[in-house]
Amino acid sequence: MSYRLSPIDTQYFAPDHEGDDFTVIGSVVTRSDALGHVTGRTEFFEDVRPSGLLHLKMHRSTRHHARLAGVDSSAALAVPGVVRVLTGADIPNNLYTPLKLINVEPDDEPILAVDKVRYLGEPIVAVVAETEAAALAGAAAVRVDYVDLPPVFDVEEALADGAPIVNEYHGKNYFTYEGHHCRRVRLGDVDAGFAEADHVFEWRYQSSPIEQAPVETTGCTVVPQPDGRLRIHSDTQACFFTLDNTALILESDFNKLRIVGGTVGGGFGGKVDVVVEPVACVAAMVTGRPVKFVYGRHEEMQVSSPRAAERIYIKDGVLADGRIVARQVTAYIDAGAYSRHTPYGTTKAAAHFPGPYTIPNVRIDCHCVYTNRTPSSAMRGFGVTIGDFALESQMDRIARELGMDPLRLRLKNAYRDGDMKAHRKRAEGTALIEVMQKAAELVGHELPDEYRRMSSLEAR
Amino acid sequence: MASKIVTLRVNDREEEFLARPGTTLLGALRDTLGLTAAKRGCAQGACGSCNVLVDGKPVPSCLVPVETVDGAAVATLEGVAPTGDLDEVQAAFLEDFATQCGFCTPGMIMTAEALLAENPDPTRAEVVEAISGNVCRCTGYEPIVNAILDAASRRRSA
Ligand code: FES
Ligand code: FES
Repeated sequence: MSYRLSPIDTQYFAPDHEGDDFTVIGSVVTRSDALGHVTGRTEFFEDVRPSGLLHLKMHRSTRHHARLAGVDSSAALAVPGVVRVLTGADIPNNLYTPLKLINVEPDDEPILAVDKVRYLGEPIVAVVAETEAAALAGAAAVRVDYVDLPPVFDVEEALADGAPIVNEYHGKNYFTYEGHHCRRVRLGDVDAGFAEADHVFEWRYQSSPIEQAPVETTGCTVVPQPDGRLRIHSDTQACFFTLDNTALILESDFNKLRIVGGTVGGGFGGKVDVVVEPVACVAAMVTGRPVKFVYGRHEEMQVSSPRAAERIYIKDGVLADGRIVARQVTAYIDAGAYSRHTPYGTTKAAAHFPGPYTIPNVRIDCHCVYTNRTPSSAMRGFGVTIGDFALESQMDRIARELGMDPLRLRLKNAYRDGDMKAHRKRAEGTALIEVMQKAAELVGHELPDEYRRMSSLEAR
Repeated sequence: MASKIVTLRVNDREEEFLARPGTTLLGALRDTLGLTAAKRGCAQGACGSCNVLVDGKPVPSCLVPVETVDGAAVATLEGVAPTGDLDEVQAAFLEDFATQCGFCTPGMIMTAEALLAENPDPTRAEVVEAISGNVCRCTGYEPIVNAILDAASRRRSA
C-alpha cells in the first residue's frame, strides 16, 4: 500500500485535459531537485570545499546599547592560525540598508560596528583564520571597551518622549514614511462611526519575535577567481538582491561578483538579509584566498533576523446586528536596531488591515519602530500574519461579546466584489463568502438560509 | 595531543587517514573523505541532519570524536544506492514528497534505514519515535512518516 499526504484524484481533472494541452493540474510532478536530495548529491554551499579555505568568525557585542570606547584585536592576531582581522575601516562602504535597491533611505546599518553597538550580538570584528577553531579562539580574544547607554526594548517606550535614540541615522525611533511618523490609511470618518455604533470594542494584541530556524544555518563561501572576480557560494534566498547589495558595499562593479546559489537548506524568510556575504568577500579580497563564513546554531538563534514582534490595538465600532461601522488599527512593528526589511513589512501590514471586511470608516496607523532588539526582517507573510492573528482574534471576541456565531459575524462583514476597500481599490474576485459557506458545510456548521444565500457577486 | 591514524570501513570501502585531535566523525567524513551527504545543522547533537550509521546504529556524527570509532563500519547516504538505482526508502521519499529543501533528508533517510533494518514492519508510532531526533523545518513530518511506512511496505512486498 502506498501512502500519500494528499492523494491526487487524476480522474477529477480528466475532462480539463481533454481537447487541449493543459496537463499539469491533476498530474504528479516530481520536484526537480528531489533526486539530488534523496541521494545526497544536492550541493549545498557548505558542500563546496575549495582548497586553502579560511574560516571567518565574528566578535560580537556583549551589550544591547553602548558606545565603543576601544577595540583591541592584538590578542586575536596572536592566536596561532589567525591570518587577519577586519574592522569597519576595512569595508569599502561600511554603511548600508538592503532595501536601498528600491530607494529606501537612509543607510542605517554598519557591516561592522564602528562607534556604537545597538543590539546584543552586533558584529564588531571579523577574525579570519586557517581553521574554524582558530577563528573562534581569535574572535574570543578581541577586547572591546564599552560605555553603556540606556537601552530601550519596548516599542511604545521607544516612541515616548525622552527615550534613548537607538539609531542616529534616523534621528528618532521610527521610520519616516513620506514625511509621516507611520504608514497611514484613511477612509471615511472613524469618529463618526464610533459615535453611531451600539458597541465600541478595543483590545490589544502582542506577538514575540519568531526565529525561522532553518536546519541549515546562514552562510557563504567566497572563492577568488583567477580573473579577479569573486565567486560567492551562498545559501541566500535572494541571489541577485545579495549580489547587488554586496557590490554596493564593496564599491565593486556588479560583474565582478558571481553568485552561485538557489540551493537553500530552509529559509522561511530568514535568508533574505545580506549579512554574511559582504564581509566574507572583503576577507577573500584582502587574503586572496577562499573564505567561509557560516553561522553556528547559537548565532542563528541570536543574531539572524527573526519575524518582527508586533503590538496591535484594534478599536471597532459595531452595530447591534454585528455590522462593523468603524475600525481603527494602531500597530507598532519592532524593527529592532536597524531597518533591514521591516519598513517594507510595516507597509504590508498597513496594506493588509482592516482585513477582508467591508468597513465604511477606517483609520490605520502602522509604525516601524527602532529598539535595541535583534533586527527583524522577513518571515513567511511578514507584516500580514500577525495582523491576521489580531484581526481574527478581534472578530472572535466581538462575536463572543455579542453572543453571535463567529462565522455569521464574518459573513455579515465579508467584502464582496465591487466593494470599496480602505485603500481606495474596488474588491475583485473576493470569494470569501463562498469559501466560508463551503467550510461551514464541510464541518457541519449550520447556517440559516439568509447566510447560505449570501453571495460575493451581489454588491451590498 | 597528537594526531591519530584512524581506519574506517565507509560504505564498504577501507579508509585510513590522519585525524587531528578534536576531529568529529562528521568532520572526517565531510572534510577528509569528501563525503558531504551528512550535513551540519547544529553541531550540537540536536538536529539529526548529520546522522550516519556506525555498525548499523544511527548516530549524530557531529558528536562522535572520530578516533572513538576507529575500526567501525560507517554507512552514509552516498553508499545507499551507489549504482544509481534508488532503494525503497529513497524512492518513497522521492515519490511521497518527503523532501523539500533536502537538508534534513540524508539524516532522515539513514535513520529510516536503521529502523527498517531492525524492524521491517514498524507502526506509525514506532516511525515517529525513530525520527524523534531528526528535525525537519519544511515538511511538517507527515510526508516523512508516510514515506517511511511506504518504504517498509515496498520492501516487504519486494
Ligand atoms: S549537526 Fe549533528 S545533530 Fe545537528
Ligand atoms: S526538507 Fe527542509 S528541513 Fe526537512
